[in-house]
Amino acid sequence: MPEENQYCTFHLGNFIFGVGVREVQEVIRYQQMTQVPLAPATVGGLINLRGQIVTAIDLRERLGMPARDPKALPMNVVVCSEDGAVSLLVDEIGDVIHVSSSQFEMVPDTLVGPEREPSQGCTNSRASCSWF
Amino acid sequence: MAELDDIVREFLVETHENLGTLEQDLVRLEENPNDAKESLARIFRTVHTVKGTCGFLGFSKLESVTHVGENLLSLLRDGKLSVSGEITTALLSLVDAIREMLTSVEASGEEGSGDYSQLVQELARLVDPSRSAPKPTRSLQSPPAAVPTASREVGQRDPAPPPQIGELLVQGGLITRTEVQDVLELQNAGDPRHVGEILVEQGKVAPEDVVDALNLQKKTKAQNGGLADTTIRVEVSQLDKLMNLVGELVLARNQILQFVGPDTDAALQTTTQRLNLVTTELQAGVMKTRMQPIDTVWSKFPRVIRDLARSCKKRIRVEMEGRDTELDKTIIEAIKDPLTHIVRNAVDHGIESPEKREAAGKPVEGYLRLKAFHEGGHVNIEISDDGGGIDPEKLRRNAHEKGLVSAAILARMSERELLGLIFMPGFSTAEKVTNVSGRGVGMDVVKTNIERIGGSVDISSRLGEGTTLHIKIPLTLAIIPALVVASGQERFAIPQVSLVELVRMDLDKPDCGIEDIGGVPVYRLRGNLLPIVDLSKELFGRKSIIGEGAVTTIVVLQADERQFGMLVEQILDTEEIVVKPLAKQLKNIPAFSGATIMGDGSVALILDILGLAQKASVIGARRDRSLGDRGKQNQSADEKPESLLLVRAGERQTLAIPLRLVARLEEVPRTLVERAGASNVVQYRGQIMPLFYLSDVISEISDAHTELPEMLSVVVFDHRGRSVGLVVAAIVDIVDEAIKRHSTARRPGILGSAVVHGQVVELVDLPGVMERILPHTDSLVPQALVA
Repeated sequence: MPEENQYCTFHLGNFIFGVGVREVQEVIRYQQMTQVPLAPATVGGLINLRGQIVTAIDLRERLGMPARDPKALPMNVVVCSEDGAVSLLVDEIGDVIHVSSSQFEMVPDTLVGPEREPSQGCTNSRASCSWF
Repeated sequence: MAELDDIVREFLVETHENLGTLEQDLVRLEENPNDAKESLARIFRTVHTVKGTCGFLGFSKLESVTHVGENLLSLLRDGKLSVSGEITTALLSLVDAIREMLTSVEASGEEGSGDYSQLVQELARLVDPSRSAPKPTRSLQSPPAAVPTASREVGQRDPAPPPQIGELLVQGGLITRTEVQDVLELQNAGDPRHVGEILVEQGKVAPEDVVDALNLQKKTKAQNGGLADTTIRVEVSQLDKLMNLVGELVLARNQILQFVGPDTDAALQTTTQRLNLVTTELQAGVMKTRMQPIDTVWSKFPRVIRDLARSCKKRIRVEMEGRDTELDKTIIEAIKDPLTHIVRNAVDHGIESPEKREAAGKPVEGYLRLKAFHEGGHVNIEISDDGGGIDPEKLRRNAHEKGLVSAAILARMSERELLGLIFMPGFSTAEKVTNVSGRGVGMDVVKTNIERIGGSVDISSRLGEGTTLHIKIPLTLAIIPALVVASGQERFAIPQVSLVELVRMDLDKPDCGIEDIGGVPVYRLRGNLLPIVDLSKELFGRKSIIGEGAVTTIVVLQADERQFGMLVEQILDTEEIVVKPLAKQLKNIPAFSGATIMGDGSVALILDILGLAQKASVIGARRDRSLGDRGKQNQSADEKPESLLLVRAGERQTLAIPLRLVARLEEVPRTLVERAGASNVVQYRGQIMPLFYLSDVISEISDAHTELPEMLSVVVFDHRGRSVGLVVAAIVDIVDEAIKRHSTARRPGILGSAVVHGQVVELVDLPGVMERILPHTDSLVPQALVA
């Protein structure tokens, strides 16, 4: 099975999302975060990743979902983007799944709003999106 | 082809480097034509190498141009021609031509289409003034018959062997060439001894002269080849990567250190200690690889100044001091343009024309001095000229005509503030625009560029005597000292360069003395109104903490010449922080300039004071920079106001210490004071800081330290790079005052007395006191106490 079709999945609310495994640098537990005042709401804060300062993106905020229960601590999915590492704050981490291209479907045109932009396609009932 | 490309690239790098030294040598040669055998030989060698390599690589045009230059140089070297301005100019344009072709080779692999026949003709004409057409070069290549073979060899082989000892002695005029020949014949005949030995034995030279010559020979040897074998070229990006890695290692080390306490396993402790040591050394080592002497920038100046001086028809002597002062590479890059600009300015309209100078009774030759030195973690650069200086009145008129500053403010400005006007955008004093300067773009850019790297520029000038620019820049950009403050849950770092002072609030006054002017909070600080910015309100939009009795301290900050106060909820500590850039998503928030990782591993944002001030509209994007607000009208020019720290000694004695000499004010619990030898010491920021009581170091101070309070007030100074603490009875105030000194009370340690705010204070001669009690850097024992 080609690697390109492997997705690292994670949960946000009732949804499951995935990012291509090749883009994921690592998955880490909750890290202490430093708030950034005046920053866009999608910026969850800054974390110290072994001496490197990484910006954490609040995926719920980014995807227009209701805010997380303040008691539940998010996990960090650190992905590599063009400008270095970025951490995605997710509720829970899932498995790495294989998706063959036959299972792959286009994002329904009826899906509009903030979810639309980052999504590449979806499979069965599982939404699968790839970032950046 | 790939292999050839490598060769070409190497040739380019090497030649560019050589051209740099070549230029310097040429300029030096012109200044000092008589004492130039060595530099001529070096110049010749460089050109010769370029020529040779060009022939080998097939750059025929480059080869032909350098060839004529080489001819001219060989005549100079053999003393057939003497160096003149004309010749130097021609040779410098040769350097330019070579550089131009090299650039073209670099870009396209070809020599370019430039036509250098005129230059070739000019060079040829200089070789043989009787002919104006390019001279067939063959005849020149044959060595002039009169020159003995020995001297020719010095230059022509590459790399040249160091000059023979006999040759050096002949050059020194100690012996004749025939005597050397005789000795050489002796050697050829089988005499195993050295030339020098034989000469001394024959009584031709004194042994000391031989030793001198040997030393000279050794020096030349080192210059010629020694370095090439011991250095390698490394890509800067490689060093940057190393620097980053070391930064991370340092942080990891810090975290490990926190986990290891006295009750940890001994083996782990030892290992950690070792890790600590190695990391520190590694960090210092990597930092050092990024350091470059300031000479890398300065070396270009002699040429720039020479060309400029010639085009302005001025004569200028350049002197440089502290060329080997080292700075981080990024800083070197950042100050290159500002420095060049300042130097050009000095030449173009700092130093006057020879006629004007003569009329003013000054030497015809102008004088430009560059000086660099380290001081307290900063590098200071001073650029001074002995030109006409700047007329403050002219600045005043000029600013008024251009409408940059209102007349009312101008009228109130002191001389010093007027001089500061030249850093304003759009300001120029040049009477006419030349191609060099006078367009009014410049000094403001210089200032902005230097401030961007955390430095500062200051100007002082005396009309008719000259101008000096002082630049102060940090050693490195990567690590800066900062004050850590807290607002809510978050911690923020304030770069110490923006920090002026911390003011403790008077809790007895309503609202702690913060007043309200049209809804804007202000504070009266020593007679000046200080606009107040509330950090929590600015950043989080929280309700202001004023009026809740929570205000304890105002952080007085300086941004763009203007001061303002910032209210923070808590002041934590000062720390050296490693600056890390913010990610792209956060770059456009003006209030932050970066982030850093604190000792406990959490992330703190670094406040951008200028951005924050603009956001809070404390300063406008462009405004007349509050130039008037510090000008006190009653001050004449010679009584410069000075910030003084007032301290109490004994019951009723008040002493004043110039604030600029004070590094910090501390409170030290008396229990922490320990004894080392004959002196009191305290552990302070990982150092052992000697403590002195005022009464010990200054005579006639009634300060009985039998009844010391629990907390000692300590004024900390930097003395030769280390901290020294002076214990005072109490710290009273800081005042800005132009003082009239009465020397009636003068005695060791006291410069005199003065009236400050209706109170008699005595001025402490701090450098004198320090010099007396700590005459050597390494001596901890105060002489006063031993004696």
